Amino acid sequence: MSNVLILADFSGDKATKTTAELATAGARIGAVTAVVLAGTGKGAALAATVNQGPVANVLIIESDDFASHGVAASADALAQVIKDKSPTAVLIASHAFGKEVAARVAVLIESGIITDAVDVAADATATQLVFGGSTTVHSKVSHGVAIITVRPNSVEADFSASSPAVENGTAAVGADAKKATISSSQPPVKGGRPELTEANIVVSGGRGTDGNFAPVEAFADSLGAAVGASRAATDAGWYPHSHQVGQTGKTVSPQLYVACGISGAIQHRAGMQTSKTIVVVNKDPEAPLFDIADFGVVGDLFNVLPKATEGVTARK
Amino acid sequence: MKIAVCVKQVPDSWAEKKMVNGVLDRENVDAVLNDLDEYAVEEALRIAEAHGGNEEGGAHTVTVISMGPERATEAVRKALSMGANDAILVSDSALAGSDALATSAVLAKVIADGGYDLVICGTESTDARMSVVPAMISARLGWAQLTFASKVTVDPAGKVSITRVTEAGVDEISAAFPAVISVVEKINEPRYPSFKGIMAAKKKTIEQKDLAAVGVSVQSAWSQVNDATPRPPRAAGVKVTDEGNGGESLVNFLAEKKLI
Repeated sequence: MSNVLILADFSGDKATKTTAELATAGARIGAVTAVVLAGTGKGAALAATVNQGPVANVLIIESDDFASHGVAASADALAQVIKDKSPTAVLIASHAFGKEVAARVAVLIESGIITDAVDVAADATATQLVFGGSTTVHSKVSHGVAIITVRPNSVEADFSASSPAVENGTAAVGADAKKATISSSQPPVKGGRPELTEANIVVSGGRGTDGNFAPVEAFADSLGAAVGASRAATDAGWYPHSHQVGQTGKTVSPQLYVACGISGAIQHRAGMQTSKTIVVVNKDPEAPLFDIADFGVVGDLFNVLPKATEGVTARK
Repeated sequence: MKIAVCVKQVPDSWAEKKMVNGVLDRENVDAVLNDLDEYAVEEALRIAEAHGGNEEGGAHTVTVISMGPERATEAVRKALSMGANDAILVSDSALAGSDALATSAVLAKVIADGGYDLVICGTESTDARMSVVPAMISARLGWAQLTFASKVTVDPAGKVSITRVTEAGVDEISAAFPAVISVVEKINEPRYPSFKGIMAAKKKTIEQKDLAAVGVSVQSAWSQVNDATPRPPRAAGVKVTDEGNGGESLVNFLAEKKLI
């Protein structure tokens, strides 16, 4: 049976649900080994959190270079593991760090790469949604090991408990990978709201907020949702750019997307139109986003959202 | 300092895009300079300006490097009109349909031969959206990788520091020259080309090279598209007008869908 490597994904000192998603996709292709890149002496504790999904083995590589040299050091180590294990495919989370590790690995081991897969089949064919989700593409790596980054929140994960066999390995980090040095690292500031690309519900505001995101945030909080913004809103400085949903911002695909005061230019639709359910609140009945909304309210968000917030809170 | 900026001409991000025979149809859409590359051009100019400028005969130069069809001269010209000194455009029919691995190989060769201190890129192109080319260039050249920068500080004596901002948090990273940098949107406010800049750009040199002139050969893409299907358009659902109960009907809809 063929074997598959996944790069275990962590937030702080715990494996993320993305790790289980990668394992679930990987297990369709072959037996999954989760590679845990950890600081010296920290591998066993991290590995113990890789306990969900079909993971057969965990391979721990410890080095302080991962913390001080980031992407390049991690890619060097992973490339060596790939050379040792000769997997059919390598699955990595499709966020900034994961994509960049995948990029360097593809160069180092001379293999093709596919990013932002939303699904992976048993023959390592990747499904991607391109052009803002308007087109479904199936593609396959045709040279070397299939390096595929998988978008978080896309694969329905098998969260059943697993107790993989744990082994320790080593991998040297080359001099070129140590040329950039990280002097300090701060975890992301958690505003108590879920991360935009991983959230099950996203509530976004646009031009119609006129700079006042309070009703959008209040409604988001009643739903336990992440807050997004259109480019018009971030360009105006009303909301941080890191929350921008759209072609030049984040792509989200939550269970529910609520767009408030967003007209719905292609720019914005490209970042949200694969959401399962779309709700639109806009004063302008002609707003193009109504055309793709499962439910639309023609009205002022400053009237509609506070009442909806009350209604959601009352039902809890 | 010799600074290179990698730019790409892409279909306008406000336009609809289509696939033809497994590759993006670039012929029938408006093509523009990738939005996210404008931040890279701006940052390169600001770095040069902070240390004496990039005027003719000055100590610093900003060179635009691009790979694409000959038509990409338009996007390159825009970067020149913002204030870059000159440009190199690699065009070759063998590059049609090439992947990020080939692109990075070509760009890395041009950069290696140019003797640059810093290479600045946008974080991704708005068409392919892979975010992999800067990391690949760094890996190919064996240069320091300083990517996803929201702030860049350069000591012209040969040191560069960045603040890296991603989902994983904020890192302070530094390296000696040479380095490959990518900058996030909003690191700066890209300037609009002035009339003077546009006129000056017409006289600036765009050196056009084919693969033989660059001295690199590329393999065909290492990933293949099996099929590309437009997804059925979403149909509009229920639309109500708020007459005081819009919020309530919205909540009822969410409850019906078991979303709350």
